[in-house]
Amino acid sequence: MSGKPLSSIQKDALKEIGNIGAGNATTSLSALVDKKIQMEVPSVKVVSFDEMMDVIGGSDQTVVGLYFRITGDTPGAVYFILTIKEAQALLAKILPDTHVDLLHEGTPNEYALSALKEVGNIVTGSYLSALSDFMSLNMSYSIPYLSVDMVGAIITVGLLEICEKTDNAIIINTNIGDEEDHHIHGQFILLPDPEAFYTIFSSLGIQTNEA
Amino acid sequence: MKHENVVRVGISDVNIVKAPQCIRTSGLGSCVGVVIYDQQNKIAGLAHIMLPDSTLSKQKELNPFKFADTAIPYVVNKLCEHGARKFALKAKVAGGAQMFQFETNSSMMRIGPRNVEAVLDQLHKYRIPLIAKSIGGSSGRTIEFDPSTGKLFIRTVTKGESII
Repeated sequence: MSGKPLSSIQKDALKEIGNIGAGNATTSLSALVDKKIQMEVPSVKVVSFDEMMDVIGGSDQTVVGLYFRITGDTPGAVYFILTIKEAQALLAKILPDTHVDLLHEGTPNEYALSALKEVGNIVTGSYLSALSDFMSLNMSYSIPYLSVDMVGAIITVGLLEICEKTDNAIIINTNIGDEEDHHIHGQFILLPDPEAFYTIFSSLGIQTNEA
Repeated sequence: MKHENVVRVGISDVNIVKAPQCIRTSGLGSCVGVVIYDQQNKIAGLAHIMLPDSTLSKQKELNPFKFADTAIPYVVNKLCEHGARKFALKAKVAGGAQMFQFETNSSMMRIGPRNVEAVLDQLHKYRIPLIAKSIGGSSGRTIEFDPSTGKLFIRTVTKGESII
């Protein structure tokens, strides 16, 4: 699966995976913030590492990144990415009494970071459990790792397993957010390891073009 | 940052510039940015290194710019081809952070320090003195080098800016 273009049926299957995961995540985020949350149509892309950073706003951009390592039948990484503004809005919603400045030098509010991690945990957990049910595959995921930093620095962590084998990544990218004022918004990036695609496709009964 | 005439270097990429141009790479986490320069001739090369060792790669066709042991020799040769003097080369290094504090002790998780180690090994091999460094920690760095002054500008999100 290194650098080979995906067939259209493979692309559609991965889009469907993004759909199912984000659909479930939308429901749990909606329950958490007590607002109607919608999802955009997922996009599936084969990208170079530099292009991957651009999908999230550019290598230099500061974001709140929650990283989960996936283990089991389909190893990989999943990111839940929020801009600083989106993360502040989310925190204002779930911790209305706490003022938080995520870019504060030194130690930001530990309580707030822990709340963000927990939201990420719940939302990403529902994303992944939907995938695992849909494909009848065993997927476990790590605890959430959170960093407020540059896109390039955060995303490289998830690329390490991939970059040993190829110079491209296949990403399944889905945006979710509230439809009223777009304050609550986040981006899921699913980044399977190269070998995971065989398992994913074969679990869905799709031929892979490589033996 | 200040300069408009800036050459950008992507991930697993290298480039060289001559003054008045500057050279920049963004979002270094566990990756290491290596600047090698000849101060008097005002020429500099920058490599954005992702992994320490090409011999451990599982890839058939290697991207030489991705690894410390292949990118640094490439930069040194390119610099010398473009008028740098090998004996005058110096280096500044930034990056090699650990972005997340993982509980597992897998070697992939120590990639930042391993990258730094591999870079320093290569510099030592070419007898290129290391003039300044900003390595480790848990913050991303964006760096920009100006070959006319030999200064390396470093920006972080929460730990401020510095010049080394």
